[in-house]
Amino acid sequence: MIEWRWHLVWELAPRFVDAAGKTLLAAGGGYSIAVVLGLVLVLAQRTRFRPLTFAVREFVELIRSTPLLLQVFFVFYVGPQFGLVLSPWTAGLIAIGLHYGAYLSEVYRGGIESVPAGQWEAAKALNLSVVRTYRRIVIPQALPPAISGMGNYLVGIFKDTPMLSVIGVTELMHTATAVGAESYRYLEPYTMVGAIFLAISLPAAYLISRFEKWVRRTLGMVK
Amino acid sequence: MTEDMSRYPLRLEGDDVPMVRFRNVTKRYGPLVVLNQLDLDVSTGEMVTIIGPSGSGKTTVLRMLMTLETIDSGVIYVDGEPLTHMERNGQLLPASSKHIRRIRSKIGMCFQHFNLFPHMTALGNCMEGLVQVLGLSRREAEERSMELLDMVGLAEKRDEHPSRLSGGQQQRVAIARALAMRPKVMLFDEVTSALDPEVISEVTNVIRRLVGAHDLTMLMVTHQMGFAKEISDRVCFFFNGAVEEQGTPAKLFENPERERTRQFLNAVLDAN
Ligand SMILES: Nc1ncnc2c1ncn2[C@@H]1O[C@H](COP(=O)(O)OP(=O)(O)OP(=O)(O)O)[C@@H](O)[C@H]1O
Ligand SMILES: [Mg+2]
Repeated sequence: MIEWRWHLVWELAPRFVDAAGKTLLAAGGGYSIAVVLGLVLVLAQRTRFRPLTFAVREFVELIRSTPLLLQVFFVFYVGPQFGLVLSPWTAGLIAIGLHYGAYLSEVYRGGIESVPAGQWEAAKALNLSVVRTYRRIVIPQALPPAISGMGNYLVGIFKDTPMLSVIGVTELMHTATAVGAESYRYLEPYTMVGAIFLAISLPAAYLISRFEKWVRRTLGMVK
Repeated sequence: MTEDMSRYPLRLEGDDVPMVRFRNVTKRYGPLVVLNQLDLDVSTGEMVTIIGPSGSGKTTVLRMLMTLETIDSGVIYVDGEPLTHMERNGQLLPASSKHIRRIRSKIGMCFQHFNLFPHMTALGNCMEGLVQVLGLSRREAEERSMELLDMVGLAEKRDEHPSRLSGGQQQRVAIARALAMRPKVMLFDEVTSALDPEVISEVTNVIRRLVGAHDLTMLMVTHQMGFAKEISDRVCFFFNGAVEEQGTPAKLFENPERERTRQFLNAVLDAN
């Protein structure tokens, strides 16, 4: 029976704090890309320009039907063969941003489709421009139903950051593996990784549901 | 199959230009012909009511005028200018979205299910078009909106969201919202159909006042024959996507010429 060594935990703490910061950075950066890309994808899909909507639909389908790990490898290892040499960080953020952007575009689409046709018609009857109709009428109503999906994917992207360890991003998982290789201790480093993930995921889920209620209240949409 | 547009005037001129003119307008959904070469004029300031059986195309007429639907052939004119088309080098071409937006600003519409913006207050709903489309300052927009909320008797509900208003109140806010844009033509599509019987008069009273007080052209679809009879300058009976018969309320309700009109009116009277 192997015993738990507290002194190791204290020793490793600074490295893990640093790695946790990088994990959050990867999740935050990837999510920012995904949030914007998802919006671009969904708006492209809503233009009635056939080649564009077709391309977007196929892209989203492709991303959703293949593993994230493969996409990470693809951007990092296949990219250079086409002259696209990227650092692990850049490649990792792009891959994760593309992946979650595709999923978020579906969340947005669901939100937008939940806005009744009558809202679009009322906006048109008031002669609102398309841009203003989105900004003032549709997006505020599409947002509350989309928030829980967006929140799930925020937690999801955070939990998927270990995938980036395989291309050398020094986030939590990468750090724990490095510690294991140096010291032949696995219990403490991996337990610490688990504890840190838990300590961030659980409050995040709670905060997201609070946020959703707050948005609904602020928009006056509580029934 | 493109239509020869040269038989339609580029604009309507003369002493007696109608505010709204449908010329030969056809609308199809797939194989279903919803409007069949419709001709219909509405004069400035006139209140015209459309009645007719379900599916006869009443709503479609209003939706095309509001540009919520496109037409398949014919032309619609508003205030002398083509709405569905525009003039280019002496020819009528399909209207650009810019042209449509310009003409559309003359038209306002109220819907059966109100379609208020749920995330805005009553006042916010009324101000939205004023600020975002007409570019009024918030102060001017608020002032104008409050005048209209006052007119529909809802000044004290200004800060309520639609979910806290009754159906009758919501519809009155919707009327105020549309009127705030100062349209020349107002369209009402069964604005009382979704309301409980006891609040219908709140809404019909507002419309009554519009007839008296404004130089507003109105086109209204309704199933309330009593209201149509009392308020209309002219009643059009629709059947199969065309005007089967039209005339003053007295003539159409007391003395219909066509068999189908009689059948429809009898059926409606029986139902009540
Ligand atoms: N978007 C659409 N797609 C296909 N068919 C449609 C569409 N909108 C309307 N229709 C059909 O067009 C016909 C006319 O519809 P419209 O709504 O104008 O009738 P209406 O006279 O207003 O009837 P009601 O009294 O029931 O409101 C109906 O047969 C309807 O089913
Ligand atoms: Mg109808």
